[in-house]
Amino acid sequence: MAAPPPGGEPGRFARYLTAAVFLAPAFIMLGVWMVYPAVYTIIRSFFGPTGFLGSWVGTDNYKTLFTSSYFTTAIKNNAIWVAVVPAFVAAIGLIFAVLTERIRWSLAFKTVVFLPIAISAFATGVTWRILYDQNPDTGAINALGRVVSDAVTPPGVLSNALPSTASLQPHSGGLLLKTPLHPGGVALLGLTGIAPQDVPSGAKQAVEPAAKQGDINGAVWRDFKPGGGKPGVVEKGELGLPGVSVELRSSAGKVVQTAKTGADGSFEFTDVPAGTYQAGVGASSFAKPFGGYSWLGPSLITPSLLIAYIWIWAGFAMVVIAAGLSSMPRDVLEAARTDGATEWQVFRRVTVPLLAPVLTVVFITMIINVLKVFDIVFALAPESEYGHANVLAFAMWQTAFSGGGNFGVGSAIAVFIFLLVLPVLLLNIRRFRREV
Amino acid sequence: MAAAAPAVEAKVPVPQERVSTKVLRILGRGPVQIVLVVIGLLWLVPTFGLFITSILPLSDLATSGWWQIFSHPGHATWSNYSALFHNSGLLTALKTTAYIAVGNTVLVVFVGALAGYAFAWLDFPGRDWLFIAVIALLVVPIQMALIPMFRLYDTLGLFDTWYGIALFHTAFGLPFAIFLLRNFFIGLPKDILESARIDGASEIRIFLRLILPLGLPAIASLAIFQFLWTWNDLLVALTFGQNTTPITVWISGQLREFGSSLDIIAPASFISLLIPLAVFFAFQRYFVQGLLAGSVK
Repeated sequence: MAAPPPGGEPGRFARYLTAAVFLAPAFIMLGVWMVYPAVYTIIRSFFGPTGFLGSWVGTDNYKTLFTSSYFTTAIKNNAIWVAVVPAFVAAIGLIFAVLTERIRWSLAFKTVVFLPIAISAFATGVTWRILYDQNPDTGAINALGRVVSDAVTPPGVLSNALPSTASLQPHSGGLLLKTPLHPGGVALLGLTGIAPQDVPSGAKQAVEPAAKQGDINGAVWRDFKPGGGKPGVVEKGELGLPGVSVELRSSAGKVVQTAKTGADGSFEFTDVPAGTYQAGVGASSFAKPFGGYSWLGPSLITPSLLIAYIWIWAGFAMVVIAAGLSSMPRDVLEAARTDGATEWQVFRRVTVPLLAPVLTVVFITMIINVLKVFDIVFALAPESEYGHANVLAFAMWQTAFSGGGNFGVGSAIAVFIFLLVLPVLLLNIRRFRREV
Repeated sequence: MAAAAPAVEAKVPVPQERVSTKVLRILGRGPVQIVLVVIGLLWLVPTFGLFITSILPLSDLATSGWWQIFSHPGHATWSNYSALFHNSGLLTALKTTAYIAVGNTVLVVFVGALAGYAFAWLDFPGRDWLFIAVIALLVVPIQMALIPMFRLYDTLGLFDTWYGIALFHTAFGLPFAIFLLRNFFIGLPKDILESARIDGASEIRIFLRLILPLGLPAIASLAIFQFLWTWNDLLVALTFGQNTTPITVWISGQLREFGSSLDIIAPASFISLLIPLAVFFAFQRYFVQGLLAGSVK
């Protein structure tokens, strides 16, 4: 620090010294932990993988960054994060803020939605990983998916059944009896491979129906009893399979009639015109139950991460936007209403434009957050999917520390992230300089 | 911050609302309320699910999800928790987390307040330029410092120590701390400071006796933020700790066997979020204020 100029204000030196003492701890820390490392990292990004500096490699590290598929995946995924998260967080926050504006218990709602911000992104990752489990028995989201899926396409009663004789052959998802049938014939459709607990409830002793003039009837039954039994023959101790959809096909292969089996497994096609037919079990009876979406698998891992991350941050946008709404000039809104604008017009033409500065803050904050996202990827994605879930900060850490040990490329990624947030840095400075 | 409510309610004649429009207005709010209740419940599901998972035995979790609690409430057990509290690894991790979070919070508040005061009330050359430098540092990503500090910590013997991790957090918390506190201090009444100076109080005395107490609202916001930020951190501790690990890193060691370690992962994760939740509920007002002030970050 310069000595006080001769004839200067007395005590000026002492005042500067005081300021220096107050600032020293902060600036020493900022210098050692932020400025020195930033400079070092920029320089380091032009050198090889190991050593204090390593050997000069020019821009090779950056070339790796934009050519190796490991890093381009990270860049691509991070671009998706930037494109999706800020927009969704702002939109959901805006909707919540507007909806809660005139609700008496809005504080309770806001607290609930805001809560995830206090929780670590790591714990959030663990939490959502439990929800995303693929097995519908243990994963809540897929359990919900199963409820919906079962309502739309119910699982077949016989999803694992097999024909008991060679005359029953697979046919377009179902089974078809090769033996041709004529009116008055009987079709025996024996099935095996059905575990006792999979037999539809209400099943009774199977019965081979008597032939009937003008009809084709038959039975679908569990062609198995303790000890085995004779394939293709309805025996005592063998159960009928109720609720199975049976199809009658014409010689041209067209389905002409369908029927459902009764408790004893019997079915009946009535008033069949003369001709040759084939009977079989329809494909719907063999429909597999809902197996669950692979939320944590390669193709869905990034959307899954985005959903969990939006769950964290929607509350932030809501609170910031709600603060913006509450400081909104009421008279402007009232004037618009008096002029005959509908609520939607007021919202679209007055509220949203007036909120623009607040929405900008939400967008900028979220873009910065998303460019540095790390913890949730680490916790939510299974290790086997790290490659598909990859983002910049994660790639940086893996490359430099987790086995990678490549400080050159690691530094290059850090610099790349820094360059991406640089516009915000300049924006902050401009805003401050306008203030003073 | 909310403006003070006017002491006397102005008596403006309000045009009488027709009863029918009033009824319609209240009815119209019904669906919105229902939608909000549903959303609110949905928002709680993940955390609730984590808690229920944490109180079910592993054998149950292998075959059915946490919602089985509704049909088998008797399966709930504290045994996962009692096993965890006999686990010295977890207890050490919790202690380390507390050291890092508290140490960092105290340091950031003190160092940040000193600098914030200097920027707000002391006169020195280049003050604005130095403050611009601080603002520039606001958005510097942590990634820019990981590699150099990894090397430096090794040399300085700070690697794998709780204070090494706390100091890293302190440095990266300082720009925000200085920014927030300087802006708050600058709004304090000037005449109080002037009269203290005329009375001959030293700057350090003014700082300790006037600025810190008056700045308490901003300091509280800052402290809560720093505490939560460090308590919840994973990346810094993962990089600079090896045997000294906070709770997040300790749990992350179990992630590889996610399904079969759920009886450790779920209760430990829930314990890890109890402290932040308690802090959040106790100081919600300061938390939101800090968030609003800091959203330029």
